[in-house]
Amino acid sequence: MPSLSQSFFAIIQRDLLLALRKRSELINPLLFFILVITLFPLGIGAKPQLLQSIAPGIIWVSALLAAMLSLDNLFRSDFDDGSLEQIILSPYPTSLLILAKIIAHWLVTGLPLLLMAPLLAVFLGMSTAAINILLVTLLLGTPVLSLIGAIGVALTVGLRRGGMILSLLVLPLYVPVLIFASNAVEMASSGLPVMAQLNILTAILFMSLTLAPWPTAAALKMSINQ
Amino acid sequence: MPTTQLQVNNLSCIRDDRTLFTGINFSLHPGQALLLEGKNGSGKTSLLRILCGFREADSGEILWCNRSIEDSSYYTDMAYVGHLDGIKKELTVLENLKFAMALSGSSTYSITEALSRVQLSGYEDALLQTLSAGQKRRLSLARLLITQKKFWILDEPFTSLDKHGIALIETLMIAHCQSGGMIVLTSHHNVNLNGINLQRISLS
Repeated sequence: MPSLSQSFFAIIQRDLLLALRKRSELINPLLFFILVITLFPLGIGAKPQLLQSIAPGIIWVSALLAAMLSLDNLFRSDFDDGSLEQIILSPYPTSLLILAKIIAHWLVTGLPLLLMAPLLAVFLGMSTAAINILLVTLLLGTPVLSLIGAIGVALTVGLRRGGMILSLLVLPLYVPVLIFASNAVEMASSGLPVMAQLNILTAILFMSLTLAPWPTAAALKMSINQ
Repeated sequence: MPTTQLQVNNLSCIRDDRTLFTGINFSLHPGQALLLEGKNGSGKTSLLRILCGFREADSGEILWCNRSIEDSSYYTDMAYVGHLDGIKKELTVLENLKFAMALSGSSTYSITEALSRVQLSGYEDALLQTLSAGQKRRLSLARLLITQKKFWILDEPFTSLDKHGIALIETLMIAHCQSGGMIVLTSHHNVNLNGINLQRISLS
């Protein structure tokens, strides 16, 4: 009998391997993120001051939309080929195995954004202090996007065209993360303390880390019961 | 020590105001198999999905070792092969089986032995998308062999298998029952399970 941790890591390992085999899922959100951010300076024109002041917002909104774009892949293929049924039938708690899938999803879609962000931040003319805080907010915020998004995907994966409903369900829940994260970066660029915002983001992260897997597992069980 | 057995009492299923079946009773002991018969849409798959715990029965109860399936070792003991193969087409045969093993535990047969028993030796490193439908089916049944599950739930296990494949799976099922396993299956084909105690339930 393998232990729970073995199953947990087997899922992460399998999903990373699948992401490597299907590279478009890995590349698409990242490409979207890069394209949106690089188009902004072209659209706004030669106004470095303006660009610098809206940079936190641009980066965070792009990260949010890139995360949205990648959400549907989270359970789609497992739902279609029956792997999800097998995961649910496992003797281990479904919520923990699903958490493993969410972690793998973040490693594939959230982490690349985090790695690419400093380069794009420099491109938008952000100061070093602001870039550091941007990275911290992305580190705290992007896992929340995957965790909260998972609930929405789990609810809509059984629907034929769940895309629109998914964004309506999930975007309002993303708003607090967007507000606190971009506010923190803005404050940091004017040299103000940002501890409060970071604390709240940390709290949101831990709350969704502990609370999101349960409704996700329950919603998945509902979705396969059709 | 309660004996391992599946007990189903007065199960019924209503779907979209249509009564699929009511009052299904049966019990299954080690070494026995149950064949569900009935025409398309008679609720065979629904019954199997209720047995898996995917659906709630509209009435009735399912007991495993005299306890409800939620608080018994049911999920450690049962395995399900449904219409969907539950295997990843981007992974190789070996990677798929290793994952299945990690989810549910290892067993009597090693991966190599299981593959040779379903006659897929030599395909270890083949990507699933290069396999034929029948080979995929055999692989999803190989998943049963590498895990130590007593109770198999098989929904149309013979789909897309050729005559030879069907005979092969029947041999595996007979061997499973003879070593104390239990099977519930549905099939359109004439099932040839000689030498084991086979019950039949006809849904209509």
